[in-house]
Amino acid sequence: MSDSDTLTKTGLVALTGVNKHFGELHVLKDINLSIDQGEVVVVIGPSGSGKSTLCRAINRLETIDSGNILLDGQPLPSEGKALAKLRADVGMVFQSFNLFAHKTILQNVTLGPLKVRKTDPKQAEQRAMELLERVGVANQASKYPAQLSGGQQQRVAIARALAMDPKVILFDEPTSALDPEMIQEVLEVMIDLAKQGMTMVVVTHEMGFARTAANRVVFMADGEIVEEATPETFFTNPTSRRAQDFLGKILKH
Amino acid sequence: MFSVLTDNWPLFRDGFWLTIRLFLVSGVLSLVFGTALGAFRVSPVPALRGFGTGYVNILRNTPLTLVFAFLFFGAAKMDLALPNPFWTAVGALTIYTSAFICEVVRSGVNTIAPGQAEAARAVGMSFVQVLTIVVLPQAFRAIIPPLMSVLIALLKNTTIAAGFSVVEAGSIPAAMSERGENQLVTLFWITIGFLILIVPLIFLQRWAERRTAVA
Repeated sequence: MSDSDTLTKTGLVALTGVNKHFGELHVLKDINLSIDQGEVVVVIGPSGSGKSTLCRAINRLETIDSGNILLDGQPLPSEGKALAKLRADVGMVFQSFNLFAHKTILQNVTLGPLKVRKTDPKQAEQRAMELLERVGVANQASKYPAQLSGGQQQRVAIARALAMDPKVILFDEPTSALDPEMIQEVLEVMIDLAKQGMTMVVVTHEMGFARTAANRVVFMADGEIVEEATPETFFTNPTSRRAQDFLGKILKH
Repeated sequence: MFSVLTDNWPLFRDGFWLTIRLFLVSGVLSLVFGTALGAFRVSPVPALRGFGTGYVNILRNTPLTLVFAFLFFGAAKMDLALPNPFWTAVGALTIYTSAFICEVVRSGVNTIAPGQAEAARAVGMSFVQVLTIVVLPQAFRAIIPPLMSVLIALLKNTTIAAGFSVVEAGSIPAAMSERGENQLVTLFWITIGFLILIVPLIFLQRWAERRTAVA
């Protein structure tokens, strides 16, 4: 196997031997995970299993104690300009939306392109309106985040991430803070993205989404990746005891 | 009673004019340095955080008179060239007030949910951008009332400069005493003078609070 072959074998995002502690708690235990371009990886598992920490480590919102995280073959820089530049290429959608509260919906989407990419204001605005149109909240562009429903805010957050033309988007429990009737509208936007080939890492409890949109399901428990499989295999025939228990609990009702 | 003021008008006028200049120059400089110190205290660089913490702990706990004494006498002892008394007084007031403004800024930053800064970092903003574009504009609303208290304290603190041969409003009583004027009436007029200076600050605060009020 030649060098270039090895390179292409490493995914767009590659984690090797990643460990992290919160004090005594070992939250990530020797994590190895590779995510290919265009792949949708859903990370599921009981709360406290480390799945959010894993997601946040990929753009270094959480530092790691040991191991390597490569993005597009480059190791994550530890601080400063290089890290900021990398983060610009990694979209992030948070559980609590985190829209900039003092900016309008339109400004929320244009802020990154304007301040980080130094895009021309006219272009940034035009692109932002296209994205808001795509996620179905263009008519709210001049409002402030607090005036929108949770579902609308989360769709704006997705548009904000897309505006940076990211290589990959991380979703940290994007629907967990939403009222049930709003979950679907956000999931539909995400399914759409997946279909268009966006590389996505999605931490979620939405098994329906995992079945429809995921290429691969990663099951975590107690800081470890316990099982990795296609959704079909994982949901119908989980091999590990812990995955069986977990699925038994959530799929019962 | 009015004659005490009118007969000595130049003394009052010049004294208060110097007070106003001391206040404005020290106020602006303290806002700049204090905000920078506040940024140090929330920065990701441990050395900067350490510096900010050390600065605040030392300066906030030193009596202002001592800060003045260090600059006016200490610096002279060490053969350091001193600027004129006005700028030395500005220096002492700024060094002291910056520590308080730093803490006001930091408390304001702490009122903003961490998710705001995280989201800003996630789109690739630098530390300075996160602070100036996302965090501080939102923190400003919470900062206004305590900030005004610090600025009003600064205005009153300028009177310490009188003890160091700066002829601001605080030096008026001594001069009036030499002229044999009634001390009580003198103090009354000085109090009125400070109240008049503080009124614009109160209106500034009201205006800023209204402007930043949540819709």
